[in-house]
Amino acid sequence: MRDRSTMLRVEHLRKVYESATGTVEAIGDISFTMDAGELVCIVGPSGCGKTTLLKCLAGLLRPTSGVVEMDGSPVTGPSPAMAVVFQEYGRSLYPWLTVRGNVELPLRHKKLTRAARDKLVVDALEAVGLAHAARSHPWQLSGGMQQRVAIARAIAYQPDVLIMDEPFAAVDAQTRADLEDLVRELHASRTISVVFVTHDIDESVYLGQRVLVLSTSPTWVQEDLAIDLPPERDQITTRALPRFTELRTHVYDQIQRAKRGQAVAPRSAR
Amino acid sequence: MTAYTGRIATTVRGRTVGSRIAASLLYPLGLPTLLLVLWGLVATRTTSLFFPDPLTIAEAFRDTWIGPAFVEDVLPSLARLGLGVAGSIVLGIAAGTVIGLTRWLRELLEPVLEFLRAIPPPVLIPVVMLLLGITDTMKVVVIVSGAIWPILLNTIEGVRGTDSVMTETAESFQVTWWERLWFLVLPAASPRIMAGVRQALSVALILMVISEMFASSSGLGYRIAYFQRNYLIAEMWSGILLLGLVGIFLAVAFGLVERRVLRWYHGIREVNRA
Repeated sequence: MRDRSTMLRVEHLRKVYESATGTVEAIGDISFTMDAGELVCIVGPSGCGKTTLLKCLAGLLRPTSGVVEMDGSPVTGPSPAMAVVFQEYGRSLYPWLTVRGNVELPLRHKKLTRAARDKLVVDALEAVGLAHAARSHPWQLSGGMQQRVAIARAIAYQPDVLIMDEPFAAVDAQTRADLEDLVRELHASRTISVVFVTHDIDESVYLGQRVLVLSTSPTWVQEDLAIDLPPERDQITTRALPRFTELRTHVYDQIQRAKRGQAVAPRSAR
Repeated sequence: MTAYTGRIATTVRGRTVGSRIAASLLYPLGLPTLLLVLWGLVATRTTSLFFPDPLTIAEAFRDTWIGPAFVEDVLPSLARLGLGVAGSIVLGIAAGTVIGLTRWLRELLEPVLEFLRAIPPPVLIPVVMLLLGITDTMKVVVIVSGAIWPILLNTIEGVRGTDSVMTETAESFQVTWWERLWFLVLPAASPRIMAGVRQALSVALILMVISEMFASSSGLGYRIAYFQRNYLIAEMWSGILLLGLVGIFLAVAFGLVERRVLRWYHGIREVNRA
């Protein structure tokens, strides 16, 4: 049985950017919790502050107010229990390092023996199917393979929570399907929780155990939807299920409502 | 049809390979040969003392530089040049990294640096001479005072331009300060740094010669000035020839190092071009 303890707790998160030209309220009031081992997708209309939310979760940005708690303790900065996979793999992998060097870099400061570190790197590269490319440089690989390297780097770091920021937005549809299955497989085989931010509705429904629909900026959680599809999913049969169609239509409607500004903010949001 | 066009393609290719080899020899060697011949022709026609023919210069080259002068003049010059370049690289990269990473320091120093860089370094020679005397240290200091600027300013720019997503990646994985410097900041700035080093090399060579012409009792610059003052024209030209050869050697050595250090950079450019 999976551990049902709360892994991530976000309460009344608010983020206001202040600049010389004025203030922008990117996130209004976001609250949700995620259990250990869950795979939660976050969707929302473009410009709704998804990336801001994610950076707050990862400790890369300080929220203006509100709390982010990891495993019971507040997040004040990047933590070894979290790893981020960025959308722009080309700017997140270091081109002067080999694939192996990229995966190894975050492990250098962990107090590991050489053998243990090597094992983590080899194991992570095997898990994403890139054991053969360890000595290549990232720019010698296709976009999909580069994103696999970024995923390998994140799982070699052995986080409790994997945070993914629209990781497949820049790869072609076929590669994208493969990578989605890879994420589900890694989630099932390793004891990690995944927060997956996307703008793709189908992707969120296919991947997630839960989908959080965000409103337009200033953002709140418009709907917290449990995805009651069977846990064994595959690209053809799952996407053909009538329930899949219902869910994606539902999420689609929610996002359309969000865009038209018809959704009503919860009382706590103002 | 395919066979036919195929055959044509091979004959055309065969012809171009042959002419390409000829061209690859002709282009780099053709113009120097032509210039040498022209020089020789002019030298035999003219009565001017200042243009000895190439063979005389070649003889002077052999007699002047192959022998004790190599140890007395060439090696000291190369040592000063080497120390000056090494000092410029180390100081330039170290200071550039600190300034590039510290915003207030950068804003404070940038106007001053631009001013200092704009001063032609040879004017500092008398001042440095007063402070340090006519020593090897003085020459190395003069070389550093001119050659450091392109490296320093390029390093500042390169370090400042580190990609924000790459920095965030390092932050999110809690990569330590030293690891960040060694695996992110310096490699990211390396194309700019290498461009600075390339400029610094030519500045350093110029300053080596000038500082030795000003005040020295050994070195290439001293020897060439000596030949000039004593109307040893062929010897003077041979010294200039040697300086040119040193310059070419520096460029080739730099090219080899650069290709190694920036292999990833050229690799990316090749991939993008394809």
